[in-house]
Amino acid sequence: MDVTLKLYASLGTYLPDHAHKNEAVVSVDDGINVEALIDQYQVPRKECHLVLVNGVFKAPGQRSQTVLKAGDAVAVWPPVAGG
Amino acid sequence: MGWHRKILRINLSKGTVDVEPLNMEWAQQYLGQRGLASKYLINEIDPKVDPLSPDNKMIFATGPLTGTAASTGGRYSVITKGPLTNAIACSNSGGYWGAEFKFAGWDMLILEGKAEKPVYLTIMDDKVELHDASEIWGTTVWHTDDWIKTKHQDPMMHIAAIGVSGEKEVLYSAIVNDLHRAAGRSGVGAVMGSKNLKAIAVRGTQGVAVKDGKTFLKATMDGKKVLAENAVTGQGLPTYGTQVLMNVINEAGAMPTRNHRDVQFEGSHDISAEAMHEPRKTDGKKNLLTNQACFGCTIACGRISKIDENHFSVKNKPEYWHASGGLEYEAAWALGSNTGIDDLEALTYVNFICNEQGMDPISFGATVSAAMELYDLGLLTTEHTGGIELKFGSAEALVKCVELTGKAEGFGKELGMGSLRLCTKYGRPDLSMTVKGQEFPAYDSRGIQGMGLTYATSNRGACHLRSYTVSSEILGIPEKTDPLATEGKPALVKAFQDATAAVDSAGICVFTTFAWTLEDIAPQVDAACEGGWTPDRMMEVGERIWNMERMFNMQAGFTGKDDNLPPRLLSEPAKTGPAEGRVNGLEKMLPEYYQLRGWTADGVPTNETLSRLAV
Repeated sequence: MDVTLKLYASLGTYLPDHAHKNEAVVSVDDGINVEALIDQYQVPRKECHLVLVNGVFKAPGQRSQTVLKAGDAVAVWPPVAGG
Repeated sequence: MGWHRKILRINLSKGTVDVEPLNMEWAQQYLGQRGLASKYLINEIDPKVDPLSPDNKMIFATGPLTGTAASTGGRYSVITKGPLTNAIACSNSGGYWGAEFKFAGWDMLILEGKAEKPVYLTIMDDKVELHDASEIWGTTVWHTDDWIKTKHQDPMMHIAAIGVSGEKEVLYSAIVNDLHRAAGRSGVGAVMGSKNLKAIAVRGTQGVAVKDGKTFLKATMDGKKVLAENAVTGQGLPTYGTQVLMNVINEAGAMPTRNHRDVQFEGSHDISAEAMHEPRKTDGKKNLLTNQACFGCTIACGRISKIDENHFSVKNKPEYWHASGGLEYEAAWALGSNTGIDDLEALTYVNFICNEQGMDPISFGATVSAAMELYDLGLLTTEHTGGIELKFGSAEALVKCVELTGKAEGFGKELGMGSLRLCTKYGRPDLSMTVKGQEFPAYDSRGIQGMGLTYATSNRGACHLRSYTVSSEILGIPEKTDPLATEGKPALVKAFQDATAAVDSAGICVFTTFAWTLEDIAPQVDAACEGGWTPDRMMEVGERIWNMERMFNMQAGFTGKDDNLPPRLLSEPAKTGPAEGRVNGLEKMLPEYYQLRGWTADGVPTNETLSRLAV
């Protein structure tokens, strides 16, 4: 199935080559969870501070429990802030 | 110490300069800067005064840590009654002006009256002079800065000035120091213009003494270590700046778009921090040149940008081809998402003009977006706009609007009223996305519930810098809360409001609080100042300031009914994203907030609360 992986700020370097505007549609195994997706693209877990699935925050403890479905969007940031 | 214990009072009507001792009893109650200057202002003006009359006063105030070795210790605030809101105004700025003013030996400058003719002020330590400004009246902030330095043959001066917009009393005009740092909100620049005061140039050669130098150095070094080792203040902010929020807030479904009609902007990536880092397709160069720090800052979040010389906004205008202050998140949102414009170069140019002419880009952009909605509905036409096709998404229209508003010419005069007065004039005040007359910043409160309460109760009108619950609700600092929940938000908002008021009174930047708590700040204040400054005492000072500001606003005519949001946010559900189908739950949060504050059900501080806080 396909999901959208979005990696921002310093994590952009872990995106696959076909990524455009910090996001890429990627093919993954059915039943994959958020943590496994992050691992698959070798994004260091400790740098994954803010993880949103379809815009909703997933705490570190929830990531391996959150199973993705086709069309989901996973967006990840290192520690950032502004205002 | 920390304080010089010395105030400069200038009556512009009489041309008099007086030196007064700082009221140290008040300094112990209100610390400095925002709190202490508000105490002075409230003690000296009629709350019902016309903000643009000579009877209004304005105060430039530093905190006890301004000009010291504390990280970010370069802040000053301008406190006055604001013309945009008719409420208390307190606009905070960085750069180098605040520290230089402190080096000249002053804690505060109180300006009274109105000069008969345009003047500018020079403060060189104890030498304080008013000068004829007729040659620079009608010119920009940037020209004024250069002209004064040349005239006085001193490139080391630091200058705070207004542009033409301030002279012509555009109601959200700013005071800009060091070319592109601003006391931006609530129209403090218009108050300066109403006093016929063009600029204040400062040069100081004195230091700032602290109570216990050895302890102070250790406390400030400890604080800097915390900032350096924190991933946000040590890496995220210096590299990406505040603009990194563009994609975060959009993804979270809280990006006000097209005057808050939508909560997600399809062009957000094109105007984001990531886009500023990427080579442009047009010339292969990046929009962002480097980051920049204000005085004493070890974070350095500021953006320095350069516009593509062939972009339509600056083509054949070499005066805008240099590097200057680039887009911060709030400006990029207001000028971009909220107008539906995804042209990064155009937004950078418009931001340059806001700096050059001294205008708040948040209120300017939000007012243009409201005008675009009026145009979309046929309530404004090209007859009103002088031929500008004011469509959402039109970078050309935005560029024309900023050039006109900066000079308060043509349709720019109407835009200069701010969105509430503009929308009221054209029969749709409900389309003004404001609280107490001030335009919203960059967070839609249907997707971040706590920000609805923050905006509704802010003493200076809609503002994110009075209680930045985004930090907790989205970014997880200091701990994550659910942005869609209303439960727990009244206490969160109150805690942020009180702590921020204390930080704003110390002379440091609120961005330190992404890493610091009051446990980090209080030891620095305590080593600098007499008084036994603990975190608890700072929270008490913050709560006292909040209630004092509230009482001023009530005496100025505001009531609990003004703690409200535009109907769109309370009745039109978000269309997309995690908040789809939701409105802001202000009615669930406000009663509990009043209770936690020790206010009546109508939002009035009780005598018991005022007595407890010694307001």
